[in-house]
Parts: sequence; C-alpha cells; structure tokens
Amino acid sequence: MEAWPIYRVMGDEANAPNEVSDDLALRIYKDMVLLRTFDEKTLNLQHQGRVGTFAPSLGQEATEIGSAYALSKQDWLVPSYRDHGALYVHGVPFENVILFAMGRAGSLAGDVRALPSSIPIATHLPHAVGLAMAMQMQGEQAIAIAYFGDGGTSEGDFHEALNFAGVFKAPVVFLCQNNGWAISVPVSRQTGSPTLAQKAVAYGISGIRVDGNDALAVYQAVKQARERALSGGGATLIEAITYRIGPHTTADDPTRYRSSEDLVPWKGEQDPITRLGRYLEKQGILAESDLDQLRQEARDWINQAVEATEALPPANAAEMFEHVYSVMPPRLAQQLAELEGGADPWHS
Amino acid sequence: MAQLNMVQALNTALHELFAADPRVLLMGEDVGKNGGVFRVSEGLFDQFGGTRVIDTPLAESGIIGTAIGLAVGGMRPIAEIQFMGFLYPGLDQLFSHAGRLRARSMERVTVPLVVRMPYGGGIRAPEQHADSAEAYLTHTPGLKVVVPSTPYDAKGLLYAAVEDPDPVIFLEPIRMYRLGRMEVPEGRFTVPIGQARIAREGQDLTLISWGAMTHLALTVAEDWASRGISIEVLDMRTLAPLDREAIGRSVAKTGRCVIVHEAPRTGGLAGEITALIMETAFWSLKAPVARVTGFDVPYPAYAWEDFYMPNAERLTKAIVDTLKD
Repeated sequence: MEAWPIYRVMGDEANAPNEVSDDLALRIYKDMVLLRTFDEKTLNLQHQGRVGTFAPSLGQEATEIGSAYALSKQDWLVPSYRDHGALYVHGVPFENVILFAMGRAGSLAGDVRALPSSIPIATHLPHAVGLAMAMQMQGEQAIAIAYFGDGGTSEGDFHEALNFAGVFKAPVVFLCQNNGWAISVPVSRQTGSPTLAQKAVAYGISGIRVDGNDALAVYQAVKQARERALSGGGATLIEAITYRIGPHTTADDPTRYRSSEDLVPWKGEQDPITRLGRYLEKQGILAESDLDQLRQEARDWINQAVEATEALPPANAAEMFEHVYSVMPPRLAQQLAELEGGADPWHS
Repeated sequence: MAQLNMVQALNTALHELFAADPRVLLMGEDVGKNGGVFRVSEGLFDQFGGTRVIDTPLAESGIIGTAIGLAVGGMRPIAEIQFMGFLYPGLDQLFSHAGRLRARSMERVTVPLVVRMPYGGGIRAPEQHADSAEAYLTHTPGLKVVVPSTPYDAKGLLYAAVEDPDPVIFLEPIRMYRLGRMEVPEGRFTVPIGQARIAREGQDLTLISWGAMTHLALTVAEDWASRGISIEVLDMRTLAPLDREAIGRSVAKTGRCVIVHEAPRTGGLAGEITALIMETAFWSLKAPVARVTGFDVPYPAYAWEDFYMPNAERLTKAIVDTLKD
C-alpha cells in the first residue's frame, strides 16, 4: 500500500510535520479526556438503568475531537450515532447528548449547524453533499462533513454520495472512522479492497489514510481537506484508522466475537489519550499528575450535567405531536386529544 | 387567460417559481437540456442555467438525499424522479429522513423539499413505468402527498408545495399530462394542501377519486346523470393529510360512496377513506361503501393493462350495487 501511506504526525513513524500549536494540542487533549470520562460515566448510568442504549466512542477520541477542532462553526456537521464527541466540540452541550441517551429528541442545541445523529447507516452521506452544495451556491465559506464507519462504506448511499460529490465538486469531507468493526463483523467483510481511502479514486475525489489515534494528524488531515474543499478542490474521503475498544453499544457483548488480547495494544501504546499525553509531556506542558486532576474535573462537570438533565421535566405527550409538521394537521390534533383522554372532536 | 394542458401548466409554474425565488432548484435525470422525459421542464435550462436546473447522476437515493441536504442548507430544491416505479431506492431517504428530521431535531432542522414524479398507468408504457405507490408515502408520518387531476390544480398545488415548509411529494398522473386543456391564470396562485375539490356536485352517491381516476369518475357520473341519478365526484387532490371534513360532508349528504383508485386494493387508500367514513358519516350510510381499485398483482405489462385498470364498466357495476337499498 505504498500509494496509501498512513499519515502520522506523532511518534516514531511520523511522516508529516506538526502544525498544531501546543495550546491547541492541549485543548484537544482536555476534550479527549472529557469525552473518555463522559463515555465511562454514561456506561455506568446505563448499567444503573438511568439512560438507555448508548454507543460509546472509547478508543476513538482522537478522531472525534481532532476532526471537529479543524472545523469552523459555519460548517455543517452530519454525524452518525457515535459522534457526540465531535458534536460537543461543534457546540452541542453534553446535556443534550445525555438527553439523547435518555431517549429524548434533544441531540441538537441552539443554532449549531448539525443534523440529528443518523441511525441508519450511511443514508446521511447524501445530506452532507447537499448541504455542501447549498453552502457553495449561497457563497458561504463553509463545508459539510459526514461522519461514518467502515461498515458504512458498504452501503449504496456511500457510493451515491461520493459519486455526487465527485460530479458536482461539492465542498464536502467524508470522514470514515475505520474502527475495525461493524458490531461483530470485521472490516475484511466490508470490502475486498486493501484500503477504504483508495475508493476515492473511482469517484474522482481525494483520498487519504490517517492514523485515527493520532489527534494531531486527524486535525491536520481534516483541516487540509476543508481548505481543499473551500478552494474549489472538491471532496475528500478520509479513512481514519482507529479501534473501537468498547462495545458497539451497551446492548453488545464483544467477547462473543473478539478476544481481549486484540485490545491490548489499543488500550496500551496505541491509546489516543496516552499518545497525545506523552507528546504534551515531552513538550513540557502537561505533567502526569495533571491527568488525574483533569479526569476529576471532567467527572465533576459531567455529574452536574447529569443532575441538571435528570432534573428536567419528564417527556410530555404533546411534544410527540407538535414537531412533526410546521402546523399540526387535524388528524394529529385528534390523536393527541385521544391520547390525553379528553373530548374526541372527531366523534362529537 | 391561456388554455393549458397539465404539462404546460407545470412548466409555466416552474418558470414563474424560478424567476421569483433564486433558491428554487430542479434536480433529476434528464431535467436539463432534455427538459424532462415528459418535457415538464422544457426551456428551464436555457433560461436559468445548469446550476439551477441540474442533471444528476442516475441514482434516486442520491437525488432525494442530496435534495434533503440542499433543503436543510437553505435552498428550495424540487427533486424529480423519472417515474414513480423508480422511486423505491429513494424511499429510504423519505422514510428515514425527510419525514423525520423536523421531529428528530425538535424543529431545529426543517426540510422544505418537493419531490415530483409522474405516476399511474393507462398509456401503454413499458413495464414498471405505471405504478401507483401512494400508500407507501401516505403511511409515512412527516410527509405530505398531493395529486392534481387538472392543469389548474397542477399549477396551484405546485406553488403550494414549493412554498410549504414540509416535504411534499407531488404525484403527476401521466395519463392527464396532455389530456385536455383548461384556463390557467398567469402568475402566482395556490391550491391549498389538504383540501379536496368537489369536481361535480350530486345528491345520490359520492364517487371519491384522485389523479387520472377523477377523469373516469366524471365520465361515469355524466353517464348516470342522463339516467336521473345525481353523482357527486370528490377529487381528493391531497392524499396526506386527507380532507376528512370534505369526505364526511359529502357522504353524509349522499349516504352512498364508491372509492376508486389505480393502486392495488390491499392496504390501498380506499381502506383508510372507508374508515374515515365510519368515523364521520356512518349513521348516514344507506349502503356499504364500495371500492373499485387495481388488483393485488404487480402492475402488468401493457397487454393486460386494460384488465388491471379500473374502468367505466367496473365502476358502473359498483355504483349499481351501491344504489340498491
């Protein structure tokens, strides 16, 4: 795969210069710790029955956080269900993520330019193309970025979206997090192609493989793809090679399909937080003891967010009907009345 | 006022909508220089150019999915699917996203999208070019579905659809495209989404129809008038949301109802309309509600088309049965 080297900034195998300031690297690191802590906390909450099924991004923090730091707030973020880390950096508070995990339709906030996390696989990729075209048509200096996994590359909409992006030179970035697994199915069952990035060639767009556990490399790769898109260079498919060290979701038991030995390097030397932490220690801007303090601060902050979220009023029935159409049609008003047990206007 | 057929009325509406609002786009297969396979977008490409009249790759999910992104991003896309029988790869986009994004985002994201497509049979088209698949769409929360049966309604409904903040599926009955002309005003006017039209007033029986079946219903009603039976024809025009008031009002008046549609019977909209009649006009009914529909077979190759399609004979038989006390 000489034509498809893995772009790396940190470590012995680095092949690209670092362009990230120490200050920015530290901010990325802190948010990676926050995301890890959030996922651990939410897994606990799920075990206690306080939130529903949840998809943690354990092990993928460098890709989640590093990529989102490369965006402008004007950019459209088109996420999948494991991308609360990127959404958080883009402006969606973790309270909303907790709400989403509690089964509420609250995954967005304010005027953050993001779509609700797509649950079906890869069907959101064409939306990113359309959003990117809309930005271009309206003369905005903004791109769209779609987040998806290795399994998503098998879907028809992956093909249709990349094909449209190539034809229309849409300013869009396709960020594929190759975390090795689509629930229990390894990436070798998704493609006969040696890499996912090389699929870009067929669509006439740029493709790059990046070390998805190297936060600085992910940041730089997304930033370059964004700049290429804005300067008329078209779309980029980024294959970020990472590893899902947790379950697919809380409903999944990975011991059924992989051994704990597989996880050893990814939880050790390859752990994205360990790697960026070491880099920052070398730079002299982080001491090992800082990590404990950071994690404690993150836990406290998340506990407050959980309490605030749990203190919100419970879901009410009207909300289920009020947001389906711009104006509630009579049939929904009748069904709401029926549910609430009041007078039934349809039979009166 | 100009005498226009449905294709001309739609074409006029598109030209006016494009001139009035730079956010309006048309995208689909062959919509550009070719003007669409039925010429609905004739001249649009020459006047407004390829950045607004967009020939896309041949991919229905890609067309609708990209149009969803354009709509969320501030444009007013009109996606064209070449025939309703080819919509199915795009249904995922309608089911999973277009109909849900407003609710899933608590209205932070809205999808002002129109998806147009020719639908229905009766023109000896090749296989799979004549489907009436409206029930899949009306069963999907979050979508609106309209079907004009006249040139006037085609223009007014297209204006309403493009101006609507929700996704609207716009079904164009192929058989009505060039069947007859009528006066269609110049400039903007709307036919409200959700309102049926009494195409013919009557006292003795209500015929409920939409699209090309309205033409059949009117022909049969005319025939019965000469026999002293006064039939009301209710052209639904919007299939989601159904105009429950209009259905109830008409059937309460006549006490008898026959529903006609091209789509297969099982799970077809005639069943839903019958249930609405139970809710609104049951105590006025003098006879069971009847339905005349396509059969529960795949829409056949055209050698069998005349057996499949509801016709005057089948409709007349249902009316005779319904008029018996």
